[in-house]
Amino acid sequence: MITALKFTLLLLALAFAQGLHYNYIDELDKEAGTVRAVQASQYVSLWPLPQKVKILDLSFKLTSFNIVDAKESSAGSSCSLLQDAYRRYYEYMFGIAKRQGPRKSRLTGPSELTELQVWITSPDSECDGYPSVTSDESYELSVDLPYAVLKAPKVWGALHGLETFSQLVYEDQYGAKSINSTAISDFPRFAHRGILLDSSRHFLPLKVILANLETMAMNKFNVFHWHIVDDQSFPYLSRTFPQLSQQGAYHPYTHVYTPADVKMVIEFGRLRGIRVVPEFDTPGHTQSWGKGQKDLLTPCYSGSKPSGSFGPVNPILNTTYDFMSQFFKEISTVFPDAYVHLGGDEVDFTCWKSNPDIQKFMDQQGYGQDYKKLESFYIQKLLDIVTTTHKGYMIWQEVFDNGVKLKPDTVVHVWIGGGANEEMGKVTAAGYTTILSAPWYLDYISYAQDWQKYYKVEPLDFDGTEEQKKLVIGGEACLWGEYVDATNLTPRLWPRASAVAERLWSAKDVTDINDAFNRLSVHRCRMVAHCYDILCICISFYDKL
Amino acid sequence: SSRVSSSGSSSALSSLHTVEGVWPLPQSFTSSTERYPLNPKAFYFGYGRQSAAQQDCSVLDAAFKRYFSLIFPDYTSGSGDKPFTVEIRVDHADCDSYPNENSSERYNLSVSAGQASLNAETVWGALRGLETFSQLVYQDDFGTYFVNKTEIDDFPRFQFRGILLDTSRHYLPVQAILKTLDAMAYSKFNVFHWHIVDDPSFPYQSRTFPDLSSTGAFHPMTHIYTQSDVRRVISHARLWGIRVLPEFDSPGHTQSWGKGQSDLLTPCYRGSTPSGTFGPVNPVLPSTYQFMARLFKEVSSVFPDSYIHLGGDEVDFSCWKSNPDVRAFMQKMGFGGDFTKLEAFYMEKIVNITSALKKTSIVWQDVFDYHERIPKDTVLHIWKGTPASYKEELSRMTKAGMRVLLAAPWYINHIAYGQDWRNYYTVQPLNFSGTEEQKKLVIGGEVCMWGEYVDATNLTPRLWPRASAAAERLWSDEKQTSSVDEAFPRLQDFRCKLVRRGIRAEPLHVGHCKHEYQGV
Repeated sequence: MITALKFTLLLLALAFAQGLHYNYIDELDKEAGTVRAVQASQYVSLWPLPQKVKILDLSFKLTSFNIVDAKESSAGSSCSLLQDAYRRYYEYMFGIAKRQGPRKSRLTGPSELTELQVWITSPDSECDGYPSVTSDESYELSVDLPYAVLKAPKVWGALHGLETFSQLVYEDQYGAKSINSTAISDFPRFAHRGILLDSSRHFLPLKVILANLETMAMNKFNVFHWHIVDDQSFPYLSRTFPQLSQQGAYHPYTHVYTPADVKMVIEFGRLRGIRVVPEFDTPGHTQSWGKGQKDLLTPCYSGSKPSGSFGPVNPILNTTYDFMSQFFKEISTVFPDAYVHLGGDEVDFTCWKSNPDIQKFMDQQGYGQDYKKLESFYIQKLLDIVTTTHKGYMIWQEVFDNGVKLKPDTVVHVWIGGGANEEMGKVTAAGYTTILSAPWYLDYISYAQDWQKYYKVEPLDFDGTEEQKKLVIGGEACLWGEYVDATNLTPRLWPRASAVAERLWSAKDVTDINDAFNRLSVHRCRMVAHCYDILCICISFYDKL
Repeated sequence: SSRVSSSGSSSALSSLHTVEGVWPLPQSFTSSTERYPLNPKAFYFGYGRQSAAQQDCSVLDAAFKRYFSLIFPDYTSGSGDKPFTVEIRVDHADCDSYPNENSSERYNLSVSAGQASLNAETVWGALRGLETFSQLVYQDDFGTYFVNKTEIDDFPRFQFRGILLDTSRHYLPVQAILKTLDAMAYSKFNVFHWHIVDDPSFPYQSRTFPDLSSTGAFHPMTHIYTQSDVRRVISHARLWGIRVLPEFDSPGHTQSWGKGQSDLLTPCYRGSTPSGTFGPVNPVLPSTYQFMARLFKEVSSVFPDSYIHLGGDEVDFSCWKSNPDVRAFMQKMGFGGDFTKLEAFYMEKIVNITSALKKTSIVWQDVFDYHERIPKDTVLHIWKGTPASYKEELSRMTKAGMRVLLAAPWYINHIAYGQDWRNYYTVQPLNFSGTEEQKKLVIGGEVCMWGEYVDATNLTPRLWPRASAAAERLWSDEKQTSSVDEAFPRLQDFRCKLVRRGIRAEPLHVGHCKHEYQGV
């Protein structure tokens, strides 16, 4: 299936991504010939690997190729989501230049594939909707004469199918775009496949976020978890409370996300089948909120006097809940996704303990010294507020651990490393759906191929019944921002996050690390060639594959 | 003053409009809060009347052009019509030469109303002074440029302050190298150690042996450095006062050489038959030395620097051991079973070749470890070990009267979570047991960015500003820069300067720059 020439080029392109450890004392490897050359995978370079793939040793040329709606499709030319995707993938596969000028009218030869027909089979294509956790993302792709067919119940599957199709296209030895006869049937293993970016520790310019949504689509990720605010800065420009970013952003104009910016992120994501789930983390992680919203945070005391510093959100004032009601009402209209992430992690009780009003309240409520009860009191009220906005919610695992009463459709986000498996067992035993992030904190870097560590994670590797395992709806790779901004985000996230992408999409038994290395090496070059980064160094090699 | 950080350190940062904001910290300075507005439309560089270099000095004319844009990154018209002139005076008109190991980089900068006087012995010193001046200029919240009254007398602590890039594990496009040279100059690095070839690929296109790259590069056309590419790198480096030190590492690390040069590498044996694989350079054939003599003759004419790095590290003896011809040669030479003697024999011949070409050799420490009797003018390059062991090595080498270059603490390709720049900053290169004379033999240090996991996609953020931490250690006075906590806000400020200049320098910790990086 892979010609010798193709093999050689693969070898050229990809060897030495893992090399000898030059001058590396701890890992000196004196054996000659330990460089692992990249081998051609039987699955060429598909990433993440589809559920069922059959590629034949029969190739077609794509000389005067086009992507069109199938006649039977329920989404026609009025479906701009698909039309945009056709253009995007066309340009991606063939370059922008070739689209100019008239189509060649010459007759095509027998081995030429002229069309990919995209057929949305369900009566409701969901073309104008937003993707959700229950979206059908499946598709079937058949590359054969007289034309290739991509069948999907909804547009979301079609988007993934287009990505897969583009990954099948290669240049033959004379530079002609080619594709092999292929049959693929594909669907994701997990419904929630996310990336968390943190725009509070460092502000991320809009185009960095958009570029990463684009790369997420190449990896079939479908959730952008936007950890938009935190202690350090509040870049979200609220229409209801503009002073939050006015006072709390690093800069009130250059370091904020305006409503138009947010809209653009949401639409850019939607066009790629990606949900945007915002996180407004409270009651901790809120230092920046306090700058623009008086009396929201708890005044800390030193002895009998206010110390001038502030702690978590003040849970004992009615004004706090009035504010939260108005604020989350806005959030529920700005962000169309059915879920909002409410945080609830890492609440530091020392400030609450120092405050005499809080102590009095604790006494009144009969909480004694159990501040977890106070936290639960706050969260409970917040959840009730959010429920009135008709949103579901996601929360970090502490909220569950502290015994807060949760709606049955709450998603519990497991993030604490060490004991994550136990936690998954507990959360699912209690009947809650859950997503896993603990093994995928990508901001923690180390020397060499840590992607393998992320790849080897098995999310269902905990003690529990089959019913419990079904409650695991997916996972997220988290790139916290303490040491990350626009200068290093892209190379730090990719291709390491791609390892997570395959774990969450592909079948459970896709675990061959060598085959993964080979495919991921090509996939990396493809991402580089896609110019999400400034330098397209692999482009010459990719073109020849 | 401008609102620099919301995390409580704004008072520290706003003071950086003084000379404290210069990175690496100058040796001696006085600064004042008295400040002068600068108007880009009335800002001039000029040559002092007593300057040996005058108009048409290539190095300085090019520097004026570059530094004008670095000083005034956007075209707001400044306030005030008073002209401001930076007047340069140098003692030697070495405008068309290359910087070398003896070049003085000392300069004196005096900023006062309407003018700055920059005096230096050489144009290279003037370049360092221009860099310092460019870092003294700042903008207020309304975009007006200012510079404070300042007096600086500055010179480097070490003469050799290098960065190693590895273009063999991954090819680095010429643009990526040029951009790195720019950033090096911002941190006052002065040597680009070009580890140009190694086992994985041979991207250097040799005039004499074109097959080396046509069969040994990742790709014979797109992944090579042509002669004109190399010239471009050297000339770009020269304009920044940076030396280009090529490394052609042998006898190990040469797998890619063997593809284009038959019989150069040692055939390995399995039992009594060749196994089909190859080991280090074959040290027993006269043809090897003929080849090396011709290659190094070319290299020494292509690279103007008087130093050549010959490598000599990590030689694997197993292939030599397996080869009957090598074993016969060992016997003939009386080396017994000691293959370090064979390696020493080989290195001695290579050093003699480069000596004949009037070049000074640098070799990795392994060569000394095997064989302490090597020509006295050879420079030894320490790359391995814990602080305790490299200090021991520093003592031993300098005691033997050898000049030494320290890289061991600055293997910057090894990444870790958090602020590892602090480790690079707190190195004390001369803190080993030895006499004052011995310490003088430490000519400097080098930051190494090996390429196993690095290519153009991640080189810049991995290198900067972490390498800048080492830059201050190598340039500045150790006592004045002993506090890593005091360095932190200064380095944060400097990294924002790098970002403003388009260098993708990663953040040290939480915070922001007034002008964030605008690419993706």
